[in-house]
Amino acid sequence: MSWFKRIKEGITTSTREKKETPEGLWYKCPGCKKIISSQEHADQMWVCPNCNYHERIGSEEYFQILFDDGKYTEINAGLTAGDPLKFVDTKKYIDRLKESQAKTGLKDSIRTAHGKVNGHKLMVAAMDFKFIGGSMGSVMGEKIARAIQCCIDKKMPLLLISKSGGARMMEAALSLMQMAKTSAMLTRLSDEKLPYISLLTDPTTGGVTASFAMLGDLNISEPGALIGFAGPRVVKETIGKDLPKGFQTAEFVLEKGFLDYIIDRRQLKANITRVLDFFKN
Amino acid sequence: MNFLDFEKPISELTEQLEKAKQIGAKGKINTDKLVAELEQKIEEARETIYKSLTPWQKVQVSRHPDRPYSLDYINAITEGNFIELFGDRNVRDDKAMIGGMGLVDGKSIMFIGQQKGNNTKMRQYRNFGMPNPEGYRKALRLMKLAEKFGKPVVTFIDTPGAYPGLEAEERGQGEAIARNLFEMARLKVPVICFIIGEGASGGALGIGIGDKVIMLEFTWYSVISPESCSSILWRNWDNKEKAAEALKLTATDMLSLKLIDGILKEPVGGAHSHPEKMFHSVKSELMKQLNKLSSIPADELVNKRIEKFCSMGVYSE
Ligand SMILES: [Zn+2]
Repeated sequence: MSWFKRIKEGITTSTREKKETPEGLWYKCPGCKKIISSQEHADQMWVCPNCNYHERIGSEEYFQILFDDGKYTEINAGLTAGDPLKFVDTKKYIDRLKESQAKTGLKDSIRTAHGKVNGHKLMVAAMDFKFIGGSMGSVMGEKIARAIQCCIDKKMPLLLISKSGGARMMEAALSLMQMAKTSAMLTRLSDEKLPYISLLTDPTTGGVTASFAMLGDLNISEPGALIGFAGPRVVKETIGKDLPKGFQTAEFVLEKGFLDYIIDRRQLKANITRVLDFFKN
Repeated sequence: MNFLDFEKPISELTEQLEKAKQIGAKGKINTDKLVAELEQKIEEARETIYKSLTPWQKVQVSRHPDRPYSLDYINAITEGNFIELFGDRNVRDDKAMIGGMGLVDGKSIMFIGQQKGNNTKMRQYRNFGMPNPEGYRKALRLMKLAEKFGKPVVTFIDTPGAYPGLEAEERGQGEAIARNLFEMARLKVPVICFIIGEGASGGALGIGIGDKVIMLEFTWYSVISPESCSSILWRNWDNKEKAAEALKLTATDMLSLKLIDGILKEPVGGAHSHPEKMFHSVKSELMKQLNKLSSIPADELVNKRIEKFCSMGVYSE
């Protein structure tokens, strides 16, 4: 299972433990520092059984968690970014893309797939943070737009799992306009009365927060996720003092009234099923 | 008058002109010929400089402290026939976002725009044109009001960004902008957007979903300011010129990328050098576009607007 291998590569162990245990078999929780086996961690859906810390996971893991028997049909898997601006900063954008593709085995920062969730048809769009920080470029916008169209054609609800630093600067205004594009397409999903659940995971910031991520019929989140428009560093610079504890966490955003609820990842599938039941019955 | 660094030849000639005028005023020496010559030279220098501005220089012009702001346009275009409306009916009135009902050649229009101040005190009062969430919600309230009574919406975009403050986050800056994108996309009246200065990111887009989006010649529109782009990608502020090039943020770039619908020429020397001319051409462009859009049925208008934004993006299969 390639998705499991990828998680292994992402594990965090300190040098001391590495000496004692073969690499990849152990996971050290960044929240409580407790060490558990990678297998147990995966069985817990990458949530620490001790302190509830939700480790960042990618699209494949969410598909495996949600879809019945882990079976799904991915759509538009071949979409890749162009480089119309011929963007160069410290690196060429085109090289950055190629490197990310080689490193992650992914084409871009989002995948879209449909399948059954406890018997309910559902479209799931899920981001991969390790692909240029889950940043939103033309591919993400187009994949979301097409996923919405597919939902309309097949009369399916949409679950969109955000995990993104926001706009992809290397696509400049093209990236900005993906906010408009996705939001505009969501009006059509809304007209069809098809449910849209937005799941904001760690982190969801910038242009993603300021467009589709905040437009769900339900906006939900995982515990402890960072959610905001401006990043914490920028806010800190703006106000010139330290940020209050827990600022921009899912719990904070819930308290301020912008989330419907927070759900533990281990209850996600059951919860989504209940939500789909509600809309259906 | 304020001069930008690259306008040095103009500022020097202007200085000479002032001196020549002073000497002439004393009456001992006739400087009429010299004054005429200098005025001619100033116009020529302006033309030469403004013909080939770099992207970064255009960014500087877009931020020129003498540049007209939203209320200047609205007051000129409506000839004062404008009732400003305040507040989001929820938290408070946002001074960085203005709006109201105006009458132009007998036609009712809902105007909305970000507003900057023209002196230190007013700049602070206007929060440097950076709206809080209540600004976007005020804008949306006015748009829905316009929709209810079938009046077109015209927005003036001029912002260095949505305000990234603590309270802005608490009150849902992201949700406020997102809601506007969604609601503007399906607004059942014509929407025309003019970028009159800075078009920075989501803060600009939050009032920027129009049937026609038009940039004035020396403005910029992108996902981030060149300075912030430089600090993130190069980890310093010194590459702002490079960032301005790389971002393709000028009106001509944006039009060739098909991300806007048109460019409105500015007077030589920028909007602030001949504001009356600028007001006039914005007004005539606005009325021209409005005439075209008014004949389109609402559903078709909305569909076309959505299709337009959906066609934006470059990718391969
Ligand atoms: Zn833990």
